[in-house]
Amino acid sequence: MVSRFLAFSALFLTLSVQADNGDLAIEITQGIDEPTPVAVVPFSWNGSAALREDIAQIVSNDLGRTGLFSMMDRRNMLSFPSSREQLFFRDWRVSKTEFVVIGRQLPAENGQIKVEFELYDVLKEQQLLAERVSGSLNNLRDIAHYISDMVYEKLTGIRGAFSTRIVYVTAQQFGEGKVRYRLKMADSDGARPVTIREQSEPLMSPAWSKDASKLAYVSFESGKPAIYIQYLATGKREKIQSFRGLNGAPAWSPDGHRLALVLSKDGNPEVYILDLRSRNLARITHHYGIDTEPSWSPDGQSLIFTSDRGGLPQIYRIHLPTRQLERLTYEGNYNSRGRLTQDGRFLAMVHRGIDNVFHIAVQDLKSGRVDVLTDTYLDESPTIAPNGSLILYATQKGVKGVLGGVSLDGNVRFILPSASGDVREPAWSPYLQ
Amino acid sequence: MRASNVTKAVALALSVAWVAGCSTSGTSSSTGSTDGTDSGTTQGVGQGSGLSGSSMTDVANLQTVFYFDFDKSVVKAAGFSDLEKHATYLAANPSAQVVLEGHADERGTREYNIALGERRAKAVSRFMQVNGASASQIETVSFGEEKPAILGHSEASWSQNRRVELKYVTR
Repeated sequence: MVSRFLAFSALFLTLSVQADNGDLAIEITQGIDEPTPVAVVPFSWNGSAALREDIAQIVSNDLGRTGLFSMMDRRNMLSFPSSREQLFFRDWRVSKTEFVVIGRQLPAENGQIKVEFELYDVLKEQQLLAERVSGSLNNLRDIAHYISDMVYEKLTGIRGAFSTRIVYVTAQQFGEGKVRYRLKMADSDGARPVTIREQSEPLMSPAWSKDASKLAYVSFESGKPAIYIQYLATGKREKIQSFRGLNGAPAWSPDGHRLALVLSKDGNPEVYILDLRSRNLARITHHYGIDTEPSWSPDGQSLIFTSDRGGLPQIYRIHLPTRQLERLTYEGNYNSRGRLTQDGRFLAMVHRGIDNVFHIAVQDLKSGRVDVLTDTYLDESPTIAPNGSLILYATQKGVKGVLGGVSLDGNVRFILPSASGDVREPAWSPYLQ
Repeated sequence: MRASNVTKAVALALSVAWVAGCSTSGTSSSTGSTDGTDSGTTQGVGQGSGLSGSSMTDVANLQTVFYFDFDKSVVKAAGFSDLEKHATYLAANPSAQVVLEGHADERGTREYNIALGERRAKAVSRFMQVNGASASQIETVSFGEEKPAILGHSEASWSQNRRVELKYVTR
């Protein structure tokens, strides 16, 4: 109760701060060339056994990866304050730090831990956030990502997406043409990977349901492609579609009741919508070309999809109530696998321009402007964080497939470390409930 | 890899037998007449005469991988002759069945590539049907870029991966 009270009072305080300084959030979003200096001080811990994770470091890494903040290396910190009394703003002003996060980790009963954290504006010497969060000693990363979400939202005005998951496919070769395909799920920073499906035939195109409780994907386990739904909590699987020919590219509707998918049962690849309750199948596209990679607009009224009906793969949008069709992409000779941001304004896609190299690009659907975001090689499978802050994608590093990240403006780029095997087809979860 | 080596070894052994059995013919038209005798010989194979059958010889000796240009699904002329022979064999052996596995190179997106692989397999299927095979004898499946023949990020690998593999399910 105390912690909740703390949280609310901090919220009101922050709102008033933001009201006084309406430019707070704007400054930070513009500040990518000059990222905002933030320090996350190591949290104190008075328990007996050493903690398995360094929460403050995880928070620092989370914030740093957004590119909006330059995170202070703890080796450069003059002191490690863990309470307001120990915090001397002058020390942090000297190092030009604008915001400081401090925290205390307290042991609790039954394998639990309490973490109290506070966020301060160094220049104004004001507390922006103070909250207590409890969790299991086994899930310290959940606590860390929660703190990252709170701090990020307070500093940017945008909801944090650190407490989300990603799924991806790995392919591990072991000689003689034998491959193990795995569908894996990890934290948004790639940590804590778990295998949720493993087989000797290819796995493709994982897609999250909107409530993040299940995945749809394509499996070749029968020798042919079929669409499956797997429930994450139980691991239970259900074969959804296995017509003759292609069964691919599943995409969950925003209302969670329908699945857009691609079937070639009528002769060539067409986009369909399967109603998961009635099992009715409605054909959406009618063209002898390749129509594939459907993705829903956030309002559920339209699908975007890839088609080579114009001779080369380009992205189209079909308005479902009217069936009105519109070509979205014109720049470049290969645009495919589009994904829309939650506000529907930006289209992330695989793009090949005059240099004939596949990159991730973003098109502003309002202005038509296309920005190539990546300078890596053989880029594919863009997936957008639910808050629109980052795009994850698959790329090649040396001879290995790895996951890369890039901010929507292209200013921040990073590669996620990959444990083993070829990594491909990331899919970013919605916000977790 | 092992399977294909075995196939090659068998093919090589059979090709010797085929050359011996058809020493009088050297042109493609006489190959056609050899195909004409296939049905009779096939019965011999069915009776368990094993590898001596000339019909098996013909098929085993033929090209089974057909290559394509980037983002294209046009069957290249280099494959015409052998595809015609496969088709002729299927026409003469109604119980024979093949699977055509379509593949793409790693460039471009995965779902688009699986569609491209299917289009390639269907192009080969149509070619064989025009040349006498029945649709019911041919199944197509696409693996897109999921099962490259050769790993690598250059045209040398890509050109080997843009392919349709013809595999007999039953002869």
